[in-house]
Amino acid sequence: MTEQALELREVRGPSALGGGSKRSLELLYLIAVTEFKQTYFGTVLGYLWSLARPLLLFGVLLAVFTQVFRIGSQVPNYAVLLLFNIVLFGFFQEATLQAVKSIATQESIVRKTQFPRLVIPLAVVLTALFNLGLNLVVVFVFILAWGIEPTWTWLLFPVVLLMILVLTVAVSMIVSSLYPRFRDISIIWTVLATVLFYGTPVLYPIEVVPETLKDVLLINPLTPLFELARMWVIDPTAPGPAEAAGSYALLLPATAIYLGVCALAVWIFNREAPLIAEQL
Amino acid sequence: MAVVIEARGVEKTFRIPHHRVDSLKERATHPLRRAEYRELRALRDLSFDVHKGEFFGVVGRNGSGKSSLLKIMASIYAADAGRIRMAGRVAPFIELGVGFNPELTARENVVLNGVMMGLSRREAARRLDAVLEFAELEEFVELKLKNYSSGMMVRLAFAVMVQADADVMLIDEVLAVGDAAFSQKCMDVFHEKRSVGRTIVLVTHDMATVQGMCDRAMLIHDGELQYIGDAEETALRYYRLNFGTADGRDGEAGPAAVPDVHARVVDSWLEDESGRRIENVEQGTPIGLNVVVEAREELAKPIFALHVLNQNGSAIFGLETTPRGPDGEALDRIAAGGRVRIAGRIDNPLLPGRYLLQCFVYREGAARGALQAINLPGFVVFGTRTGPGIVSVRGDVEAVAEP
Repeated sequence: MTEQALELREVRGPSALGGGSKRSLELLYLIAVTEFKQTYFGTVLGYLWSLARPLLLFGVLLAVFTQVFRIGSQVPNYAVLLLFNIVLFGFFQEATLQAVKSIATQESIVRKTQFPRLVIPLAVVLTALFNLGLNLVVVFVFILAWGIEPTWTWLLFPVVLLMILVLTVAVSMIVSSLYPRFRDISIIWTVLATVLFYGTPVLYPIEVVPETLKDVLLINPLTPLFELARMWVIDPTAPGPAEAAGSYALLLPATAIYLGVCALAVWIFNREAPLIAEQL
Repeated sequence: MAVVIEARGVEKTFRIPHHRVDSLKERATHPLRRAEYRELRALRDLSFDVHKGEFFGVVGRNGSGKSSLLKIMASIYAADAGRIRMAGRVAPFIELGVGFNPELTARENVVLNGVMMGLSRREAARRLDAVLEFAELEEFVELKLKNYSSGMMVRLAFAVMVQADADVMLIDEVLAVGDAAFSQKCMDVFHEKRSVGRTIVLVTHDMATVQGMCDRAMLIHDGELQYIGDAEETALRYYRLNFGTADGRDGEAGPAAVPDVHARVVDSWLEDESGRRIENVEQGTPIGLNVVVEAREELAKPIFALHVLNQNGSAIFGLETTPRGPDGEALDRIAAGGRVRIAGRIDNPLLPGRYLLQCFVYREGAARGALQAINLPGFVVFGTRTGPGIVSVRGDVEAVAEP
């Protein structure tokens, strides 16, 4: 190294992407890939096990909602819709629940190396995303086998996926960065995630919901996303989010909450990131 | 000399809650609790420079703030005020093997760790062979870390650190707590790194290391810079601080409590019976232990001692003596700059293994605690008769059948 190369650079302290975005990306990729491999190559039936969970849930719910409550029989293609929704929601739920303690369990890395804080929850989401990719392959095989015709709107599905992904990342950032300070975030989020599972049109389509409850459901930013996905992939005749809500204006609260959560995530994470090492 | 670390007015205060508010409910039900923080000023207005190619020691008692400073330099903690500027790639080594995943193979771990230390993925993969070679673990590259022995793990972790080849290495003392042979190896490597222009910052309270290895050092006490400069002087001030009065103020301590012995080792070697210098010793053959010490200031009534330690750093035995003049007369003082050759001879009861030699200078009288330890190069005893215990003792034993 020549003397000229000795340029002094300010030490800025720990942050969300400390050490540069290129390094963060490499770390993110490496961690998510190794985590993914670990899950799937560690056991003989690796991937099958992880697919078994949504499939089992699907089987039970399908039995309950077609045989007991008979809601399923009023909805066209209820079985595929249910599987599709469970897999999509499963991604959101799995990623955010895993993210809560992710920074805390990586304590030694956070406290003893220079590590971009944001990479930890992002790696959890990315691992879940790999998982979702595999599950979606199975789901689409199932959809085709069910006899649903592919339409051009399938090409729009990645847009919905991206919006769900962004929300998942935002929630993961919030819960993982707050957990070191408030340990009960873990319990609170477990409960909230369950509430969301029932408060999102996963088990039922939006049109069977009574008007009074529908207003509540429409505040949930996941509701329009799931309705969009349903309309674009499963059933082109289904009411889209706007039709279900009555007007585009009624989708504003959900949009505002969606954007609010994203902004909050960035603000909270940037505020907490430099302090996490001290609070663990 | 180019400056590679420039710290100006660095401050760090930890807010330690009396009652840790860990849950939202407590926060909601006791909104006023928030005010109950105890402020711990870990670092106060700290400014210093470290130059390129320097082996720089940071010393201080426990809780003096030295580790916090290291973590601020490493971007693990954020400073509250002041600024630090550094040049080149910086890698902290606060503990060996941080981020190792036991479920992954050595190959995956080495690459992952390399990226954590700031290498690119390609660069980390390229250095894989060098790391494994250094660790002598080429055959185990596909073995999961959980199947490694702890010794293999340490070797791998250390190799990763060495091969990361950062321009500035920030090292915490925890690295040196391994067995004595390992810490010796660490020191050898740090020395080598320094000789190729790397800068090393070592946080420690082992003064032997500071005196033996560091070019310069600084002493931090209660978060404040007490001294920066000559390594020997730093070590001496640290001793004064530690053996001083209970409240840590120096100058008021009784003479007995202050280590005022100040000497440095000029040369040290082992000899065989014929007086030839040797590196390693055959089991059972007598060894001559030789150390030449130079007094940095006048030594009054000194006692010189040699200790032999095993790999784990436990002393096995020691020899000690008072100095004599060339004509055999007893000396009660050594003038500043005077040199003394300490020559010991042992029949060598040591079992095969690696040993370390330490030289101590005491002051006669009650001040036995006032000492200066100087680490000397170690040696190996080779042979085939390994036995129970740590030394072989000559003796007679017989087994007679009872009538």
